[in-house]
Amino acid sequence: MSVFVNKDTKVIVQGITGSTALFHTKQMLEYGTKIVGGVTPGKGGTEVEGVPVFNTVEEAVKATGANASVIYVPAPFAADAIIEAADAEIDLVICITEHIPVLDMVKVKRYLQDKKTRLIGPNCPGVISPDECKIGIMPGYIHTKGHVGVVSRSGTLTYEAVHQLSQAGIGQTSAVGIGGDPVNGTDFIDVLKAFNEDPETKAVIMIGEIGGTAEEEAAEWVKANMTKPVVGFIGGRTAPPGKRMGHAGAIISGGKGTADEKIRVMNECGIKVAETPSVMGETLIEVIKEKGIYEECKTH
Amino acid sequence: MNIHEYQGKEILRNYGVAVPNGKVAFSVEEAVEAAKELGTDVCVVKAQIHAGGRGKAGGVKVAKNIDEVRTYAEEILGKTLVTHQTGPEGKEVKRLLIEEGCDIQKEYYIGLVLDRATSQVVLMASEEGGTEIEEVAEATPEKIFKEYIDPVTGLMPYQARRVAFNINIPAKLVNKAVKFMMGLYTVFIEKDAAIAEINPLVVTGDGDVMALDAKINFDSNALYRHKDIMEYRDLEEEDPKEIEASKYDLSYISLDGNIGCMVNGAGLAMATMDIIKHYGGDPANFLDVGGGATAEKVTEAFKIILSDKNVKGIFVNIFGGIMKCDIIASGVVEAAKQVGLSVPLVVRLEGTNVDLGKKILNESDIKIVSAESMADGAQKIVELVSK
Repeated sequence: MSVFVNKDTKVIVQGITGSTALFHTKQMLEYGTKIVGGVTPGKGGTEVEGVPVFNTVEEAVKATGANASVIYVPAPFAADAIIEAADAEIDLVICITEHIPVLDMVKVKRYLQDKKTRLIGPNCPGVISPDECKIGIMPGYIHTKGHVGVVSRSGTLTYEAVHQLSQAGIGQTSAVGIGGDPVNGTDFIDVLKAFNEDPETKAVIMIGEIGGTAEEEAAEWVKANMTKPVVGFIGGRTAPPGKRMGHAGAIISGGKGTADEKIRVMNECGIKVAETPSVMGETLIEVIKEKGIYEECKTH
Repeated sequence: MNIHEYQGKEILRNYGVAVPNGKVAFSVEEAVEAAKELGTDVCVVKAQIHAGGRGKAGGVKVAKNIDEVRTYAEEILGKTLVTHQTGPEGKEVKRLLIEEGCDIQKEYYIGLVLDRATSQVVLMASEEGGTEIEEVAEATPEKIFKEYIDPVTGLMPYQARRVAFNINIPAKLVNKAVKFMMGLYTVFIEKDAAIAEINPLVVTGDGDVMALDAKINFDSNALYRHKDIMEYRDLEEEDPKEIEASKYDLSYISLDGNIGCMVNGAGLAMATMDIIKHYGGDPANFLDVGGGATAEKVTEAFKIILSDKNVKGIFVNIFGGIMKCDIIASGVVEAAKQVGLSVPLVVRLEGTNVDLGKKILNESDIKIVSAESMADGAQKIVELVSK
């Protein structure tokens, strides 16, 4: 099992003819993801990488039965692309695009309120369920199938955690990047819930960073609801206040959103936090050994 | 993006939001001219820098006549103001706002900001004007009133009214306060602001409700659709290395240490700073080359890092996803060729096209210490720099 995406997920690529999208479409196809179509307005009827291109998401869904979409369109058009996908009633929309104006996302979030669509991202690496389906930009080869769920605000830190786990013989059920923007679709709690309900997932790594209070809220949720061990890491301990550290959401403002405060709350809620980013995997292994589930989690 | 107070007030004025009359001055003569044109008995001479706390640092003076305007302008222009927001090095004042004085009856606080928890814009207000809102939130949280704004309807007049009554704006002036808040909200939405803070909002003896100060920041992701706002950018207020980086869409922030960092991804870039510190080193910068970087951008990034004279070593930490390792490698090789590398370089590559990247580095003749993991790389660079 896995969360959000699996071997049956049928994916369309919005903005498929752009160079980044083309590169990653190829990579996703090689990984075995069922890419059933692409959308680029004006290029309908053509084909790229053996995938049919449509003018609109609606057409693509009708023709292919896609239930997921991945968005690579440039930031000025990304909000429109997300809403178009939701309007076509796609179950899962994964938006890779970064630098979307935040007020665009405020509107998108409001629009999605009464829609069935789950949005992941924007400004995220996507979602992968190893050996089944890879949607996004993550390097596939570092992942191995297994029992640990990974959820993160940062793309590259997700890779880092996954890589450490795989090297230590610990596979993953799914790795979900929720993105580094202040307004995003799926949040930590949504993903933790999904991992909690997934019978294959035995433990979770949650990777946060400075800014906002999403980690604190997630930690409280874990304390109250989670039946599986969770370990964490928070990036930005040394970041100066008042500066946006690359991600639009990564800013300490008015003394709020510091790494120390997040780590304090996570520890209080029973989440062991890795001291450095290079021991995220080790920290998880320590905890699953303590809980006596190391053998179950060891996959190779 | 930050702008100056006088620019913020100019935008507000264009939207019919009440602000005192005022003029910007770049010299003492212009300041005197501006005061004469305003023709009021009392003028305020205000330093224009991108930082708060100017009053306490001596950057705001009330002048009772033209001679005093001249005296204060001479005193403040060229002065380096040190406030709690400038850092210990302070900021030199190069512009002044000359503004008509007004008869302040009471000061309030009005602010618009994005609330991340609800994904909505929130209007915040308090009758404790003049104090920083964080302090009010700490000491008397019951004095802060909030209205969450549905993006479908925008700020509704009843919400603005409720706020006005809650913060005890005199009943006769509530309509003016509502008009003010509605206008401020329109500016926020139409100009893609990130923060619009009016502290203080004042009620005057003449029965006006207006912005005595204005701090407006803009969402840098939305600047592409606001050419007019871009024109307000004051490069003198920014770090030259950060300006250079922004030309190439690189996310760069100067820090005080001596280990230059080049990383892809904001999370990994922050974590790289953290781990350098963990092993006893000090990062010289935050640098996220982003996902869409070309070899040329990587070369520029490298040059920017090396232009910092404090840099005694460089750590390149790449986990390729959207960013391909071969592009980083080509950029590093090209930059080393162009600028001549005089400090130790530690490179850790992993992810998309990693083998190709390593091959490019190996085949070049630059001296590179390769690292197996980020911990390994951090330890190596800290050791090399401390030699």
